[in-house]
Amino acid sequence: MKDKVRNILLAGVGGQGTLLASELLAEALLLAGYDVKKSEIHGMSQRGGSVTSHVRYGSKVLSPLIHEGQADILFGFELLETYRYLPMLRLGGTVLVNTQRILPAPVAVGAADYPQGLEEKLRSACPDTDFIDGLSLAHQSGLSRTVNIVLLGALSAALDMPTALWRDVITEKVPQQFLQENLLAFQLGRDGRASSKETVFQGG
Amino acid sequence: MPETMPNVLMSGNEAIARGAYEAGVKVASAYPGTPSTEILETLVNYPAVDASWAPNEKVALEVGIGASFAGVRALVTMKHVGVNVAADPLFTLSYIGVRGGLVLACADDPEMHSSQNEQDSRNYAKFAKVPMFEPADSEEARAYTRLAFELSEQFDTPVMLRSNTRISHGKSVVRPQQPVSGLPTPGILRDPAKMVMLPANARNRHPLVEERTTALEAWACEQPFNRIEAGSGEIGVITAGIAYQYARQLMPEAHILKLGMVYPLPKQLIRDFAGRCKTVYVIEELDPFIEEQVKAMGIQVIGKERIPTCGELTPGRLEQALRGSRTEAAFTHDETLPGRPPNMCAGCSHRGVFFTLKRLGAFVTGDIGCYTLGFLPPLSAMDTCVCMGAGISNATGMIKALPPQERNQVVGVMGDSTFLHTGINSLIDMAYNGGLGTVVLLDNRVTAMTGRQENPGSGYTLAGVESPPIDLQALCRVLGVKHVEVIDPYDLAQTEQILRREMERDELSVVIARRPCMLDRRLGPQPTPALAVIDDLCGGCKVCLKIGCPALSWQQDGTPTKAHIDSQLCSGCGLCRQLCPHDAIGVHHER
Repeated sequence: MKDKVRNILLAGVGGQGTLLASELLAEALLLAGYDVKKSEIHGMSQRGGSVTSHVRYGSKVLSPLIHEGQADILFGFELLETYRYLPMLRLGGTVLVNTQRILPAPVAVGAADYPQGLEEKLRSACPDTDFIDGLSLAHQSGLSRTVNIVLLGALSAALDMPTALWRDVITEKVPQQFLQENLLAFQLGRDGRASSKETVFQGG
Repeated sequence: MPETMPNVLMSGNEAIARGAYEAGVKVASAYPGTPSTEILETLVNYPAVDASWAPNEKVALEVGIGASFAGVRALVTMKHVGVNVAADPLFTLSYIGVRGGLVLACADDPEMHSSQNEQDSRNYAKFAKVPMFEPADSEEARAYTRLAFELSEQFDTPVMLRSNTRISHGKSVVRPQQPVSGLPTPGILRDPAKMVMLPANARNRHPLVEERTTALEAWACEQPFNRIEAGSGEIGVITAGIAYQYARQLMPEAHILKLGMVYPLPKQLIRDFAGRCKTVYVIEELDPFIEEQVKAMGIQVIGKERIPTCGELTPGRLEQALRGSRTEAAFTHDETLPGRPPNMCAGCSHRGVFFTLKRLGAFVTGDIGCYTLGFLPPLSAMDTCVCMGAGISNATGMIKALPPQERNQVVGVMGDSTFLHTGINSLIDMAYNGGLGTVVLLDNRVTAMTGRQENPGSGYTLAGVESPPIDLQALCRVLGVKHVEVIDPYDLAQTEQILRREMERDELSVVIARRPCMLDRRLGPQPTPALAVIDDLCGGCKVCLKIGCPALSWQQDGTPTKAHIDSQLCSGCGLCRQLCPHDAIGVHHER
């Protein structure tokens, strides 16, 4: 099943660790035998701005950018940013979203409102939407900065690749002194997604 | 038998560094610039390469030329606008040629993700009459860089390699090769007819440059990097670089002439290709660079009347251009979402300076760096931004032109790295010609915007070796500036008092706002306790929000509404605490 190119779009806020997450994702896909391309913007957008990373994989990938409306998975690190990039998702695609809200500057200074009801909007647009509380799972790992790894763990549950492969990639790329916390964060995310499938429609 | 190495994922920048290492590069020099910066940051980790940050791109290229004169291969890297700064040596180097191979890698930024213009560097190749490669992915970036050094020596020419944001910052699979061996030993070699470009010698060199271009043009027709991918229809596409990937994906049936070298063009190959197709498209990002040359050959093509000239080419934009419509998105928004512009970090030392300049009604001639974000609301305290170094010289020109009552409002602002890049020349001019301006140097001891690179003021080199940090105060004084003041931008009262005094003064003064970058690895501030809003005291006046700190927000859901400080983000810099008229900000005790 490696002949069709699959598209994962990461969307988040500069400083959330989306670049490391997309890095680990791309490395894992390479290790699994796929051709992989990923594309993102560094510089200005890292300073608390809106950040996306395009990851494409298959037997042969041409464009590094996902065509609008063709993302198979919208992998969101923040609610508003996930909703912002919803038009990138294909019909029948999957949304995996962190329930965290990070206020953009115009909202923080009271010049704009953070949109209400984004969970419901995402769910009604895309029935296959999973929510994950990345921040509280990261706290459980003992290192609150591991939100990105928790989310990667949650994403990994949707991709058909062995856990050992993911653990190898994390072990190679993450600083050794925080390795245990990161491995735990990954597992919490991977397990958490399975359980969120059952609870998501109860409260959100 | 060379041992085979495993495939690896690399960014285009990492792949360019790999290619340079494989080609046996010994000297590399650059000034950081998005999206080119990581080339040298990667290359410095390879063995036996002397990679360093130069204060600007012109110096970087001249260092590279010197290394080539001595007989080693040299790499010079920069962003597209950096080539403007390096253009002076580049054009004459084209006449001189090389001894050791010399490659100039430049990274364009279509869409201006992190740039002030989106100039198309391919024009420089034609203008300076040097060959240029353009890779379409990381593996080509590696292979073309390596090949560029061989070509440089084979044809006695500097070679340019053009990347862009998508290539430089995108990752794809690379097949690393073993480095070359047996390169010549360096040593002094006098060759004045070639190396001394005074008129008599240069007149002899120019015809050689023209012959070289003709020879390269013929040679390029036979090379595998200019390849035809046969399709099944009657449509042909000439394309290069990242545009190739989009064209190939959207037009699977088309015959494609994929150019690896975009200057000089392989004219005979193009003629043969066009002759076999009923309709020929030229699909390229930014300027009609290939298109105009192909049309000048008398070949009819479809190009910029369909393909956008402005901005990045994306799969969606190319689809729109080719088919007149886009695939309809399954989901659309019917509301306007609040934007998320970038912002200075919590605790950034630039914030207090811009807050104060705004308060004093300054007209700020600004410059390029993190501090360009001082333009954005709520600080909204930058009135001009042109290019590296212009912050001071723009102030000089304005003050010359303005009526006396407005002159004192003009303040030139730039960072330490920008000052050492080209701003120093502007200050020399201001001091030399009796300028009366106020100059603020935001001295955070690092080249912050591009990712905190070392600079001549930081005390370290790219390789991490200690070096004497430039004393900016002493430097300004020896240039002839009488009034040089150092302020702590975390101290708002002092910052305002000194800026007000120096703006009122009818003489040139330089104010150095000194605080290390919040993110700096070595010099960053000692951990200070985070601050918190004391809810009972908060009067809801929103004064603290005027500094635009990302750690501060307005809690709309509470009653009554209050300001709130995110203790995870707060650096404890204390700016908001100094502004609060109700003493409602104190130390957060839970951290």
